[in-house]
Order: sequence, then C-alpha cells, then structure tokens
Amino acid sequence: MLEIRNLHVTVDEGTTKRPILRGLDLAVGAGEVHAIMGPNGSGKSTLAHVLAGREGYVVTAGEVLYRGANLLDLPPETRAREGIFLAFQYPVEIPGVANIYLLKAALNAARKHRGEAELDALDFLALVKAKLRLMQMDESLLYRAVNEGFSGGEKKRNEILQMAVLEPQLAILDETDSGLDIDALKVVANGVNAMRSPERAMILVTHYQRLLDHIRPDRVHVLAHGRIALSGGPELALELERRGYGWVEAKALETAAGARP
Amino acid sequence: MGNQASRLDELISHDYRHGFYTPMEVDSAPAGLSEDVIRLISAKKNEPDFMLDWRLKAFRHWLTMTEPRWATVRHPPIDYQAIVYYSAPKSRTDGPKSLAEVDPELLRTYEKLGVPLEERELLAGVAVDAVFDSVSVATTFKEKLGELGIIFCSFSEAVQHHPELVRQYLGSVVPYTDNFFATLNSAVFSDGSFCYIPPGVRCPMELSTYFRINAKNTGQFERTLIIADRGAYVSYLEGCTAPMRDENQLHAAVVELVALEGAQIKYSTVQNWYPGDKDGKGGIYNFVTKRGDCREANSKISWTQVETGSAITWKYPSVILQGDNSVGEFHSVALTNHWQQADTGTKMIHLGRNTKSTILSKGISAGHGSNAYRGLVKVAKSAANARNYTQCDSLLLGDRCAAHTFPYIEVKNASARVEHEASTSRIGEDQLFYCQSRGVSAEDAVSLIVSGFCREVFKELPMEFAVEAQKLLGVSLEGSIG
Repeated sequence: MLEIRNLHVTVDEGTTKRPILRGLDLAVGAGEVHAIMGPNGSGKSTLAHVLAGREGYVVTAGEVLYRGANLLDLPPETRAREGIFLAFQYPVEIPGVANIYLLKAALNAARKHRGEAELDALDFLALVKAKLRLMQMDESLLYRAVNEGFSGGEKKRNEILQMAVLEPQLAILDETDSGLDIDALKVVANGVNAMRSPERAMILVTHYQRLLDHIRPDRVHVLAHGRIALSGGPELALELERRGYGWVEAKALETAAGARP
Repeated sequence: MGNQASRLDELISHDYRHGFYTPMEVDSAPAGLSEDVIRLISAKKNEPDFMLDWRLKAFRHWLTMTEPRWATVRHPPIDYQAIVYYSAPKSRTDGPKSLAEVDPELLRTYEKLGVPLEERELLAGVAVDAVFDSVSVATTFKEKLGELGIIFCSFSEAVQHHPELVRQYLGSVVPYTDNFFATLNSAVFSDGSFCYIPPGVRCPMELSTYFRINAKNTGQFERTLIIADRGAYVSYLEGCTAPMRDENQLHAAVVELVALEGAQIKYSTVQNWYPGDKDGKGGIYNFVTKRGDCREANSKISWTQVETGSAITWKYPSVILQGDNSVGEFHSVALTNHWQQADTGTKMIHLGRNTKSTILSKGISAGHGSNAYRGLVKVAKSAANARNYTQCDSLLLGDRCAAHTFPYIEVKNASARVEHEASTSRIGEDQLFYCQSRGVSAEDAVSLIVSGFCREVFKELPMEFAVEAQKLLGVSLEGSIG
C-alpha cells in the first residue's frame, strides 16, 4: 500500500531550511495498522503532512510509493481522491461552510475521480446519517459550520466522521487522541476500529500509549531524529510507556553516528 | 432673452429634421454631448415636449456640475465628448412589433447569453424586457400582465402610451439635479424599463430585464421606473452580462422605485459586466443611481444585489422611508478580483415613524481588488422609533486586496435604535489545505467558503437567480488563488 524509502524532508523557514526527516523507511501493507510514536519534535506530524501533500516541506531525497506509484508528484486533492486521508491534529474551522457541504463536496470529488456518479442529496444524507450513528454524533453538527465552535472532542469526532464517509484506502491519524477525554477517546477508537478492513491501511501518529489500548496496532515504530529508530509489535508501545523515549533516542543518535562515514 | 433661447432651440431642432431624419441603416448620434444631441435623442423617440424639456433642464444643470471625487475608486478622466449617446440596432422598420420581426442575429446573441425569449419563458415564469444597445427589441408576456392591469414595457413605450404616469413619477425619487451621473442620465437616457402595478395587484411572475452593452463606444444610459400602487406587490430581476471589450465603457443608469401605501417592491440585481482583464485593462464603469421611495405608510422596498462585474462599481441602492411603518432592506454581495474596484452600499433615510431598515453587506476582495462599503443611516427628527440594523462583513483572499467600511450614521431623534456590526476575515492557507486534503480543489474550496459567506444574501434572491449568482462567483474568482 505505502512504501517510504530513505525519505529526507526539510522544512522551509524562510531563510533557513531545517532538516526534519533524515532517511525514513516505512512499509505499510493493506489491512495493517501501524502506530508511529516518538517524542515531541521527532518529525511525526511532518511525516503525516508530507504524505497528505502540505506545502512548506521540501523532499530532498528518497521516495514515497502509494499503491506502486509516486505519491509525491500528486497535488493534495488528488492524493485525497486516490484514497489518502489525514485526520488533523488541529482540525481547521471554516466559518460559513456547513459541515454537510464540505462532506458532500469531498465525497463527490472522490466519486467523480473514480468515474462514479455523484451522490444526490437524498442518498448522501442516508449515508451520512448512518456514519453519524457510528460516531455517536448529533445530526445538528452537519448543519453547523465546519469545526466552528466545536469542542475539542467534537472536532476529533468530526475528523473520524469525514474518514468514515470518505472510506479511504490509507488513513493517517495525526494525534487524534490528544485533547480527548476517555469517553470521547472510546467513541473515536470504536469508529476507527469499525473501519479496519483487509483493504485499508492505517497509520496512527501518537504520543501516548493510551490510544493503543483501544486500537491495537499490528506494528509500532518509534520515530527519533528523523528516522524510524525502533520497530516492534504492540508490546513495544507498552515498553515505551514504561521506559519513556530517552533510551530510543540515545540509540538513534548512536546509529546516526555509526552511519556517518 | 427667454424667447430668443427658445427660438434658437427651434432653429436647431429644425436643422435636425434635415440633417438626421434621412433613413439610416445604423441609427447613431455623432460622438459627444450637446443640446443638439439631446434633441436628436428626444426626436428619435418621438417624445412629447415635457420629456424634451426635462432632458434639456437636466443637461443645462449637468453643465454646472463636476464629477464626484469622494469614492474610493481611481480611473483615468472620462472624456464625455468621446461617448456616443445614442445608437440603436439596425432595423428596416421603425421597431419590431413581435419576436418575428426581431433581427435573428440579436436573438442568437440572447440565446448565447441564456436569455429566455421564446415560449420557454412561460415555463420559467419570466417576462423579459430585453434592452439591447439602448432600444428594447422584444417584450413578452405583456398581454398576460395586461389582463391584470400591469404595465410592463420599455421606457420609450411608456412615454408614448402612458405619458401621464411617466410625467407624474419620472424624477420624483431621483430628481434630475441629484448627482453628476444621474443628471447626465436624465439628459441622455436612451431607454429602459417601465413597470406599473395597479392597486391591490400582486404581480404573478418575476419581472426581468436583461441589459447588454454591445455597440462599440456606446455609453449606456438606462432608466428604470417601477411604481407599485396601493397594496401592490412586484418582484423585479435585473441581470447583466456584457461581451469582452478593451476600452472602458461608461454606464450610468438610474432606477427609481415608488411604493405607495402597503405596497412592496423587491428588486434583485445580478451584475456581471465585463470587469476588465486580469491586468486591469478595460472593463465597464458602472456608476449607477438606484433609489426607492416608500412614499406611503406600511410600504416596503428591498434591494438585493450581487455585484461581480465591472471594472468600477459606484452604486448605493437606497430607500427613503417616508411612510410611517415603512421598511427598507439592502442585501448585497460585492466581489472584486484582479484590479476591480467597488464603492457600494446604501442609504436608509428614515423620515416616517416606526420605520425599519436592515442592511446586510458582504464584500469579497481578491487579487488587487478594492472593495468599499459606504452606507448612510439617517434618522430625521420626525422618525420616532426608527430602527436600523447594519451588518458589514468583508472577506479577503490573498494579501494584495483591500476592504474598507465607511458607515455614516446621523440620528436626530432620541427614540431611534441603530446597530452596526462589522467583521473582516481572510481565507487562509490552512483552510484551503484542509479542504484539499478532503479531495476538494483549492478553487472549489474558495467557492465553497465564498458561497458560505454569501448565503444570507443569496437566500434573499429568487431561486433561479441564486443559482446563477453562485455560479458567477465561482467564475469571477477564477485565477484568484495561485
């Protein structure tokens, strides 16, 4: 599904270019759920944004293949239509645009891209209502402006609602657990779990283990100093919870030093 | 002295009979403005004396005026002597009596513009009074409306067939002395629409006019007069498109609305004249005077406008609230992209008791566009318990455009309640990326955000107009992000 090889990314900060990712390798297959963990500033969110196609990042080396094709050449909207979904850490408010309009525009853009007929208002509403029940969201949220005045939990649930409606091939959840109370966390996790399928891959970017209590990943990776420093099964997350990130970071630095000629 | 002057007038007009009354393939006055030209226009239209007198008074007054400079718009000086003040499409007869007589070339142009002229208008429920280069070429549904006593015709026809109504109401809302452009219009206006709804009649269909500017260098001076007699109701749609053109073209229209006791007039405009190219070359100068008079008690006038076109828009549809309990409304979306400039807003003049007005203005600026809201809310001493609510919102796209708000409030009665709210927001990169990451292109995202911004105004538009307006905004914003 997704193959990242030796990815180097710098962030453009006007005059200076700061390297964030330095040779990241990652392969995620269909049906798999991977967790990417790591301390603040390790490049987790950068990875999520680069995959979604956000501007301001420069790929200086490496490649990203999505379903066998070069992903980095595609504009963000094409990536989305091809089945990539990013759940934002900080969902953006769009005053004046009803939630349901964005959802409908998004779904129909993807359908059109796939050569399918656009859904009419009635069919669309039926679909959305089913997904709302899954996310235990009130219908009134559909008619409010996108994320405007939503609580932190509502925003995150709204992200998962969008994901449920768009049914992506590859979902990237960027710190979806942050800012959620335990009840909201369960609702979000249930939504995500309901979407697990043999055709769909998911990448959970998270800081803490607690999301992984509710969504059990197939693989856990630790990102440190711009590369995957350590990979393992779900038990790795528990170890991190116990020991912190310090030891992985130290190890990553050693490796980086060792790799240097 | 006075005698001498009128003798002179006579002589000059005699000259015309020799000079201009020969049959011509194209009826055009020479470029420039003089009493001669005004006499020519009046004579061409076979107008009664009171019309010619009125035009001449306006012209003489205009000579004493100077172009206003207070608007936040910039343009090179306009050479009023380079403008052709009268031109009519080619026709073999004096004027078409039916659609069959209309030049098929014109009909094809209208078809391209999507103006419904054939019987299909019946399905759409729209009666069209099409104005093409100053002369009405076709009017439909007149018979059906006639059964109800509704008069809906070109201004020229009204002058011929209903001179008493024209004489009574012309200039009664916008006097010929009103302002530079309105005065110019009063002197030279070529045609326009006239509408009279008799007492107690509710006009069963939306009345509609499509204006189009076509012949080269022809300034358009339209004049519209709508009268809703006691208890009458009418909804009037005005829609405009114009072809690509390089030179700037002056358009100075006047619209007068009169609502008598308990009458209601709803006037909706979608203005999409050529705005100039993306470098600011060409485009229409749209200097319009629109005013409604709630002349008697319990009357109501609503203006709704969507202004996406023209290089420069200078326009303040206003309401004079004379009658007690009368209501004035102004709903506006004005969009400026590339190098377009708009200085638009309204005036609500409260004179009667318990009068109410609402102003909802949405300005969108993109590219190098400049958008100004300029509004006056005036409450006279006589206007006890007057109320006004004003909301002005501005939306900016990019960082090279401008939005200005100039609210003027004058209150002379302590019982008045006047509220003003304003906001400015910007479409940010974050919002665009968020939409893109959902599969919605940046352009579609902008139009989604813009139509969300305009929704409150669009819902005031009649259905078919609302759809058109939405599309227009999308088209007008093309190339505004990059």
